[in-house]
Parts: sequence; C-alpha cells; structure tokens
Amino acid sequence: MVNQKLVGFEVKRIRADFPILDRETQPGIPVIYLDSTASSQKPIAVIEAMNVFYRRSNANIHRGVHTLAEEATALYEEAREKIAKFINAPAAKQLIYTRNTTESINLVAHTWARANLKSGDMVILTEMEHHSNLVPWQMLKSERGIRLEFITVTEEGLLDLDSYRSLLDQNPKLVSFTHMSNVLGTINPAEEIIRLAHEHGAVTLVDGAQSVPHFGVDVQKLDVDFLAFSAHKMVGPTGIGILYGKQDLLENMPPFLGGGDMIKSVHLQEFVANELPYKFEAGTPAIAEAVGFGAAVDYLTSVGMDAIAAHEHEITEYALERLEEVPGLNVFGPNSQDKGGVAAFTFDDLHPHDIAQILDRDGIAVRAGHHCAQPLHEKFGVRATTRASFYLYNTKEEVDKLIEGLYKVKEVFN
Amino acid sequence: MDDLYREQIIERYKEPHYRGHLDPNDIQFEDDNPLCGDHIEITLRVDKDDKVVEAAFDGHGCAISQSSADLLVESIHGKALDEIKSMNKDAVLDLLGIELGHVRLKCALLSLKVLKAGVYGLGEANDDLVA
Ligand SMILES: Cc1ncc(COP(=O)(O)O)c(C=O)c1O
Repeated sequence: MVNQKLVGFEVKRIRADFPILDRETQPGIPVIYLDSTASSQKPIAVIEAMNVFYRRSNANIHRGVHTLAEEATALYEEAREKIAKFINAPAAKQLIYTRNTTESINLVAHTWARANLKSGDMVILTEMEHHSNLVPWQMLKSERGIRLEFITVTEEGLLDLDSYRSLLDQNPKLVSFTHMSNVLGTINPAEEIIRLAHEHGAVTLVDGAQSVPHFGVDVQKLDVDFLAFSAHKMVGPTGIGILYGKQDLLENMPPFLGGGDMIKSVHLQEFVANELPYKFEAGTPAIAEAVGFGAAVDYLTSVGMDAIAAHEHEITEYALERLEEVPGLNVFGPNSQDKGGVAAFTFDDLHPHDIAQILDRDGIAVRAGHHCAQPLHEKFGVRATTRASFYLYNTKEEVDKLIEGLYKVKEVFN
Repeated sequence: MDDLYREQIIERYKEPHYRGHLDPNDIQFEDDNPLCGDHIEITLRVDKDDKVVEAAFDGHGCAISQSSADLLVESIHGKALDEIKSMNKDAVLDLLGIELGHVRLKCALLSLKVLKAGVYGLGEANDDLVA
C-alpha cells in the first residue's frame, strides 16, 4: 500500500463530496476518473445549489420585479461577484458570462480584434494551443489577413522565450497563449510573457481553461488584459464560462451578439448598447449554471487553491515516477517542476484508443486522441496520445490502478 | 477478456491477411477518421463482370479499425460491386462479432465507408454510406 501523505486536506473527505466517484462502471468496478482535464466531476454543493435554485428561485433575471425574479437576479449577480473575487478582479462587471473558454476567446476575436486588427497585423500564439485558441484567429486571418506567428515549444515541452522575444520586435498587436497546456501540462510563465508583451505595446489574452481550476490565478498580479475559463473544468456545471477583461478594453469593444439584455434602448433603426457586463450578455443566460459556478468557486475556496495545487503536484510527481517504470511508455512534457496534473503519453506503438478502451474495463477513465491540440501532436511526431489527468479528488491508489491497467494492456497485445 | 479484444481481432490487428496496396488497381479510395487520425486505403481489382477478384487495405489506426478493415476486405473477395453497394454497418458488425459504442463504431466503420465511397466512385466519403 502506498503511504498517502496528506497535503493540506484529506483526500478521503474530498472524495465524499463527489457522489459520482462512488459509482461502479460495472458491478464491482469503481470508476477511476483520470479525465478532469477534459471535464471535472461536481461536488454535492454544486449539484445542490442548482437543484435548490430550480426548486425555489427559478425565474428569468433582470427587469422582473416579482420575488422570484429578484431572487434569481441576486443569485446570478452574487455568483459573478464570487468568481470575480476568486480571480481577484477589480470589479465584477469586468466578468462576462459566456458558455465556455471557447466562446470567451471567440468573443475577443469577434469584437476587440475586429475593431483593432487590420490586414498585416500580427498576433502571437504558441505551438501548444488548444484548437479554441487557434481556430478563431485562423478565421480572422482568412477574413482580415492578420498574420499569425507562434512561440515555439522546446523538446521538453516548454515555451522557447527566445523565439518569443524575436517576435516581439515585430510589433505584435496581441499575444494570446495558454496558461497551462492541456497535453504537456506545462505551466507557462504568464507574468513574464504578459510583461514583455506590454513592454512592446501588445494586448494579452490568457487561456485559463487549465490554470484557473488548478492553482490560484490573480488577474491583477498577472496584469492580463483578457482571461478566459470554463466552469465545467473547475467542479462547476457545463454551459457557462467567463471572459474577464480590463475595463477600458471592454468598454471600448463593440458588442458581441445582439438581442435582449445587451441593450440600453432599442429603436427601429438603431440601438444603444448596455453597460458592462450586460453589453456582452445577449438573451437569457445560463442562470442556474451561474449559480452552480458560484457554488463551485465557494467549494474550491473552502478547500484552498494552494492545497489543491500541492495535492495535484504530489499526485503528478508520483504518477510520473510510476509511469517512467513502465517499459515502452513515454510521457510528453516537462518534469513535475513545471507541470500541472497532466500526463499524456505514448505506449509502445499501441493505439491510444485501444489503450483507453482496455483501461476502461477496469473502470479507468483516460482520454485518447489529439486532445484538441493537433499541431502540438504533429510537432512531436505523434498522431495521438493517451492522457491521464489529476484533480483534487485523485489518489495515489488510483495511479497504481492505472499502472496495473497499463501492464494489462500490454498483455492483451503482448 | 472482453469481446472487444477477443483473439481474432487482436490476431488480425497484429498480422493482417490483406494489408497492402494493389498496383495497378481498378478502384482506389482512402479516408481518415478525424477523431483520432486513423487512416484506411482500399484498393480493388475487378473482373469484366464487376466482381472483386483481389482486394487489399493499407493504413494505420487502432485494433478495431485495422482488424475490421482486414475482415471486410477478406469478405468482399468474389462479391459483385452491386452487392458491396448494398452492404451496411451490420455487415461489419457481423464480421467483428461484437457490440460497439458510439465512438468505436466510427473506428469499425471507417473501412466500409472507404470501400463504398470507392465503389460508388464518389469524390468524398460520407457517413450516410454506412448508416
Ligand atoms: C487549454 C484549453 N483551452 C481551451 C479549452 C476549451 O474549453 P471549453 O471546451 O470549455 O471551451 C480547453 C478544454 O479542453 C483547454 O484544455
């Protein structure tokens, strides 16, 4: 048995908060959930917050004066305040509810970028981006003729900051990059990247889909201009995410979708856009999901982001150690020092689908494919990887099960 | 061991009987599964009565996609092209003798999709071919 050293919290107690972790995928086979990078599980507190909202307070928000509408509006806005506090935003109105990280990035590409970028303008991205921070810019490239340049990724899976510095000298307008890679696990030096961008007059966007869930992210300390993240990866519900932006940027951006709520007044021929953040929130939003998002942030805060990060670090370090023992297995990305709770690997020449499917027989949930980072896989010369990822509820015993499972995979294909 | 990785499938994956590329050929088609990048090419030689006299597949991918390609190619030897046109997903599932979930079904049906697109002489394969 592995000695379960406890860092800041007792995993067993955390696990009791997540009902799904009790389920069996087949009789006698408990689920071992190693796919939180794709989407995390949800604690009772989040499930119940949404449940109670629908049972007690449900109504459309804003403009309603009846009790339920008042309550729903208050809950929706309280959640925004909680999330704002969670990332240390100066004001809650700088947080725009979106559907997810992807929509948040698209919002910036549609509004800020269309108002500020013209043909030939340069946008710096990195080779480790998720498709959601690539395709919106590629679309703008074909529409506008903007120029895309990429910070290269080294063999170990780190950003090559020299390549960044040489791009900075070419007058970039925007630097948009992931805080943490969902494949390599690399945690990028966001503060430095942002400082350098600002020194060169560029606006910055951080894809926080993998950072905000896993360690404390402070938008003022980072001095980031835009930050995008999703609730579903941070123990919250699907269908809701955040775009944080600096106030002057948001105020000067044209609206995104047109319709109700995003207007101050509407006439037959024109409209006046609403104030922040409603200017960017057209139509009835995901109200119960916002309430669930607020509860998720409360939950993470009560556990403590530092404790979560420390726990994940310990599990990841242990997992990397154990994975290294498996002959023919190769983990991508840096060692645990610069790495979040992600281990994407190849295993002999076994196909990730086969690996994942055989692991599933033991209840082990991992992901197989290019994880929406096809260019990164091309860079490393592989079509697909198998990815195990860890969150606050994972244990070393689960890592042990993964390793046993991998040996079984090998047996099947001996 | 569960059905999905029963012996026949693993055997065919490790040592396929019909891996190769026919050159010259009468029909050639290839396609990918965008979900995982699996790739299948099928080449056929047909006689004057439009019956398959020789068939081969090439490509890369998971055990399910590759073994089903091998089994499918084996099963069409001697078949008329019109018969191939009327094959549907059940033909492949019968060959594999297993049940498949939504995601893996795509792996299993890639070869049939490629085969039918080739036989119909289509420019592009589509999922309706294996509905
Ligand atoms: C780094 C990164 N960026 C963006 C996304 C997209 O998140 P969503 O699908 O919630 O929009 C993900 C999720 O997989 C991710 O890992």
